[in-house]
Amino acid sequence: MVRVYVSSVIDASADNVWSRIRDFNALPLWHPAIADSRIENNEPSDRVGCIRHFHTRDGGMIRERLLALSDYDFSCTYEILESPLGVSDYVATLKLTPVTDGVRCFAEWSAEFECAEGREAELTQTIGGVFQGGFEALKRHFGRR
Amino acid sequence: MLQKVVRSTIIDAPIERVWAVLRDFNSHDQWHAVVDTSRIEGRDRSDQVGCIRSFTLKDGQRIREQLLTLDDREHKSTYCIVEASVPLQRYVATVTLKPVTDGDRTFWHWESSFATPPGRERELRERVAQDVYEAGFDNLRRHLAGGGDLRVPGASQAPMPRALPLPSRCVSVANYGDAAQLRPQDGQAPAPAPGEVRIRQRAIGVNFIDVYLRRGWIAPMLAPGGTPGMEAAGSVIDVGEGVHGFLAGDRVAYIGPQPGAYCSVRSVPAAWVVRLPAAVEDASAAAVLLKGLTADCLLRDLGRVRVGTRLLVHAAAGGVGLLLCAWARSLGAHVIGTVSSEEKARVAREHGCEQVVVGRDPRFADAVRRHWPEGAEVIVDGLGEAAREENFAALARCGHWISLGQASGALQPISPDWLVQKSTTFSRPVVFDFVATPEALTERAERLWAALADGRVKLPPIERWSLDAAARAHERLESRATIGALVLVT
Repeated sequence: MVRVYVSSVIDASADNVWSRIRDFNALPLWHPAIADSRIENNEPSDRVGCIRHFHTRDGGMIRERLLALSDYDFSCTYEILESPLGVSDYVATLKLTPVTDGVRCFAEWSAEFECAEGREAELTQTIGGVFQGGFEALKRHFGRR
Repeated sequence: MLQKVVRSTIIDAPIERVWAVLRDFNSHDQWHAVVDTSRIEGRDRSDQVGCIRSFTLKDGQRIREQLLTLDDREHKSTYCIVEASVPLQRYVATVTLKPVTDGDRTFWHWESSFATPPGRERELRERVAQDVYEAGFDNLRRHLAGGGDLRVPGASQAPMPRALPLPSRCVSVANYGDAAQLRPQDGQAPAPAPGEVRIRQRAIGVNFIDVYLRRGWIAPMLAPGGTPGMEAAGSVIDVGEGVHGFLAGDRVAYIGPQPGAYCSVRSVPAAWVVRLPAAVEDASAAAVLLKGLTADCLLRDLGRVRVGTRLLVHAAAGGVGLLLCAWARSLGAHVIGTVSSEEKARVAREHGCEQVVVGRDPRFADAVRRHWPEGAEVIVDGLGEAAREENFAALARCGHWISLGQASGALQPISPDWLVQKSTTFSRPVVFDFVATPEALTERAERLWAALADGRVKLPPIERWSLDAAARAHERLESRATIGALVLVT
């Protein structure tokens, strides 16, 4: 099992950041690497079990299923059903935790997956880069670093 | 009803350093202002799950607490109150640390649940939250900033001198001229100004720009009496007001656009400074930081080197040259290097240079054309005027000529009509412009450390001289006899 973990601090309340990222269909609105997204079968985007179907800016198609959504924990867990990455059993969690001193939150994005031997470092770097790219965009959106 | 308190913060220190303090169940009297004394009961160790600590607080209260969980993997510790003179009942608390990977900081979460006598819920919640947790955050921050965690227990507890000038051995240029103009002397490094970090320098990188500064070729940057040197590595002594992210004891390196690195203690703007990974030694960092960041700019930004790119590197066995050869090859490029001796040719080949042209006079265009009939797509040129025509002859159509140095003399002006003959592009980069923001500097430095760690780039051979022997180091660099990088050590 390969594990990727990226974390950051965003200068806005967890509530505020969560309202931007909780919608499972909203990736293109806040993540610069994502071009478009739709939810399959006209399901609501906050129904656990729904599938988002999206394209990255470099043209890759990815399908992901929402496995868990918690407004209480500010967290969302999903798995990859189909992607050009070459990963299997890929489960990722995006989670916010309030930082009580100051108006800011601690953001974590982690994933676990299997892949062909020898590709671990490359995939860790690619996936970690996508997560960090998302955090960079949120930090820019919510003001100073 | 159980009361719950949660407090969290971000500490500007790597998680290993914060955890080293917090995992010690008997450390609070060293850093938390409310705790007067702390001892572990019986003969237990302070990291033994089940052990009991006995606190006396500054206000005379007494508390006994038991360690229930200690988890080094999750950076988590849980404990409960066994007995206390304060009315906290069924008190269980958990401290959890998580790394902030973006910036090498630490998220610290501290929470507890407990019962209180009726009517005192709010008062006790606030006392725990403010006097214990929030005050603890501030106290630990201060403890780390003063290097309190780095002092050996039992050694003198006197704080390190702060905000005082410290002695610094310093090499300056008496007058513009030859290497003998470099004179060591005793001086002082003032306390760091706001925004600055004061560094105990252990290794200082020697670069060609230092020679140019000494000769007076870049007079606006260095007046006679000034100190040359653009980069060094060592550890933080103290920081000025408004500096976040660096603590006393942190291992760091820097490059900066203002000279002054040839000394043992120096204050520099925090924006120039990067943290060093544990695997990179001071001398290695001083040998490759400026040169490696230069290689990164040349290959990625200017040369846009990729699979199949034909790259010609002059002085291929020099500090920058060796890094360029190895890094370009790992990107899939083809590399021809020029060097002045067979010995250098051997080292250049070891660092990935495929073809080496050996010779002291600049005659290489024919050799390049033999391997690559269409010429080199990118040339990294440290030779200057004497090799101008040869470089142009070796360059492919639409090629890019990067002028990095002028060992044979200053380039005469380049005319657009000359460039148009082959649609040549020409650039004259200075690395400092490419690392002008802390974000850009960190990104490039991390790419360099990663390339070193996974072997895409090999450390060049390093020749070490003492700081006082800076003049000898310059003579060596100018003799063109050295291979790899030169470093001054203190």
